Amino acid sequence: MTRVMAQVGMVMNLDKCIGCHTCSVTCKQTWTNRRGVEYVWFNNVETRPGLGYPRRYEDQEEWKGGWRRTKRGKLALRSGSRWHRLTQIFSNPKLPGIDDYYEPWTYDYDTLISAPPMDTTPVARPKSMITGKDMDIRWGANWDDDLGGTAETGHADPMLKGIEDQVSFEFEKAFMFYLPRICEHCLNPSCVASCPSGAMYKRTEDGIVLVDQDRCRGWRMCVSGCPYKKVYFNHRTGKAEKCTLCYPRLEVGQPTVCAETCVGRLRYIGLFLYDADRVLAAASVEKDTDLYEAQLDVLLDPNDPEVIEQARRDGIAEDWIEAAQKSPVYTLAKKYRMALPLHPEYRTMPMVWYIPPLSPVVDALKNSGHDAEDAGNLFGAIDALRIPVGYLANLLTAGDTDVVDGVLRRLAAMRSYMRDINLGRDTDESIAEAVGMTGEDLYDMYRLLAIAKYEHRYVIPAAHQEAASALEEAPGCSLDFEGGPGMGQTTAVGEVRPVPVSIESFHLTKQRALAAEHAELPEAGGDRA
Amino acid sequence: MTALQNFAFGVVPYIAGAVFLVGMYWRYRYDAYGWTTRSSQMYESRLLRIGSPLFHVGILLALAGHVLGLLVPASWTEAVGVSEHVYHVAAVTFGVIAGLMVAVGLSILIYRRRTVGRVFQVTTRMDKIMYVVLVGTIVLGLFNTFAINWLNITGEFPDGFNYRDSVAIWFRSLFVFQPDVAAMTVAPPSFQLHAVLSVLLVALIPFTRLVHIFSAPLGYVARPYLVYRSRDPQQAGARDPRRGWEPVRRS
Repeated sequence: MTRVMAQVGMVMNLDKCIGCHTCSVTCKQTWTNRRGVEYVWFNNVETRPGLGYPRRYEDQEEWKGGWRRTKRGKLALRSGSRWHRLTQIFSNPKLPGIDDYYEPWTYDYDTLISAPPMDTTPVARPKSMITGKDMDIRWGANWDDDLGGTAETGHADPMLKGIEDQVSFEFEKAFMFYLPRICEHCLNPSCVASCPSGAMYKRTEDGIVLVDQDRCRGWRMCVSGCPYKKVYFNHRTGKAEKCTLCYPRLEVGQPTVCAETCVGRLRYIGLFLYDADRVLAAASVEKDTDLYEAQLDVLLDPNDPEVIEQARRDGIAEDWIEAAQKSPVYTLAKKYRMALPLHPEYRTMPMVWYIPPLSPVVDALKNSGHDAEDAGNLFGAIDALRIPVGYLANLLTAGDTDVVDGVLRRLAAMRSYMRDINLGRDTDESIAEAVGMTGEDLYDMYRLLAIAKYEHRYVIPAAHQEAASALEEAPGCSLDFEGGPGMGQTTAVGEVRPVPVSIESFHLTKQRALAAEHAELPEAGGDRA
Repeated sequence: MTALQNFAFGVVPYIAGAVFLVGMYWRYRYDAYGWTTRSSQMYESRLLRIGSPLFHVGILLALAGHVLGLLVPASWTEAVGVSEHVYHVAAVTFGVIAGLMVAVGLSILIYRRRTVGRVFQVTTRMDKIMYVVLVGTIVLGLFNTFAINWLNITGEFPDGFNYRDSVAIWFRSLFVFQPDVAAMTVAPPSFQLHAVLSVLLVALIPFTRLVHIFSAPLGYVARPYLVYRSRDPQQAGARDPRRGWEPVRRS
């Protein structure tokens, strides 16, 4: 028996990330530009290899985040049983301190204009945003950006486990890529399971994981429980806060702020339909390397008539089912198997997926003077350049390099296949066959990954809140809903639908834009209602 | 029995009780957002790791001792065969252990709060008021346990002061609204002061971080790991405007 639930998911195409931090900055401006969360980045971009934010958060031997499989095959929180954690409630043994993130600071800009005349140029000194006193800046949220300082600190990256002797941080031999991170909105969230107050929850409708600010009591167990360290403690309010997947935007059909402002257009947002009854079993499979497949198995095919039937029975609306069928994240994660979950070994079933970057391989080829778009060269290089592949596997597949190999080979095939098209040459179907795909598949994938049109990247059905929105739009008549008898008002120039002021959504804008294209509007000065 | 004592033990407890009850309702109703432990562990963990568990476990032991000493009449313990002497020895032993834990823990926590700049920065005025009353209560309690009941430094009570014949009677009489002030006034001054400060502390609870006492998450052991909740349609999108703030009706 299956129980179908909907989950909003995200895919990030790491090949296109240029590490500009626009997502981080816009997210911060929107959500965490408040006192108490100065150090908090719901969205951060890490350079990998690197220590991450907070430092070495991926070392679960140290932080005890996420789940583990017990000897008897049960799933248990790595931090111990419920009773065990309750005994630790008076002081959490695994809470990152402010210095594990960084001490937030600002600059004393006022000195620059208020300093009296003097021989030397006035200096804006860094001031701690916590104590307000002068401070030495020793670490930041992206201190090792672009491998800055990694010659010294890079070897402490927990993901180098097993490949430490092969990785070099010498300038000529280094490789790097960027990893933007938000909350994973996991199917099996260990933060929710860790919360003693029951204040954290997963939304039934869209799977977004949230903290009820009125019920949070500040025990901080969620911060420790999350292996991605994406729940933060607001040290002013004493409450936990986290990425909300911009749910107020998603509810009206808009993409998250990080996705909307992404310069590289590398983020995809859409729905997964999954079988909620199979999540626990999938998260409990024995081998870490089987977790990726198990996670894919939980995702249901939205075009399967049985799944659709069950989804309807489980109360999922028609437009949501339709959105799930058009979902770019389903296409990338399951159909093409291009996107991989970040750290499946934490057994939380993360729902932000990553397409591993081919660029370290391409760069290495190009730098050695080879044709980096030739399929043969690329396939050979993926096999030869084990270091990036091994590292990506530690990050995305619990160390299974075959899966990463497969994804990179498909990316390489797409690259070579499309070059022939771009140069007006005959396409070489053998390239597609070499990776078990068809030329048509490769072309579709190219449309989705390279052209990446807005409406293909974001397929977000608006939340069903008809009842609620009627309350907030003042002119709303109770019969004034889509298709209802009171829909719109008829005036001399035809039908004019009230424009809601409190919500403005992508869909509404688009609807109006399309309507404007087709309607012949009167000249300015006409008798407008 | 002076008028002051009458006021302190016959009137103040009811005022404090009313303030506590109304205050807790008000806080829960209107400041659920502010209902938290306000932990400062992010700023400083090393001292807290020692001080906080010591203090909290000690104070819970002390609380259990107070429940036993104040709410359970002496006749009940005697009925189960515990003589006054045995009770006294047990009470002093556990009291001294709990007292030491609280004293050491609290000293570490106060030292930490005062010397760690980041922690001191986030200390509010209510925290400071609460600390004064809490420390005063605890110091007097320690004095009563160590100096009077154990070491008998005043020489007045060689077998310890029998608070179960006096303080406990007054305390229980409060709950039947027949305050027996006379029972309290026979107690040594340090006991009387301890009682007054405790009553004050109760009145302070709703207005301080002490509300976290009532959020002990015992339900955690019984609930399923994952919590699912439906979107509240009332809170979706923009909020229903508050009364008096409805936008002008557009026509």
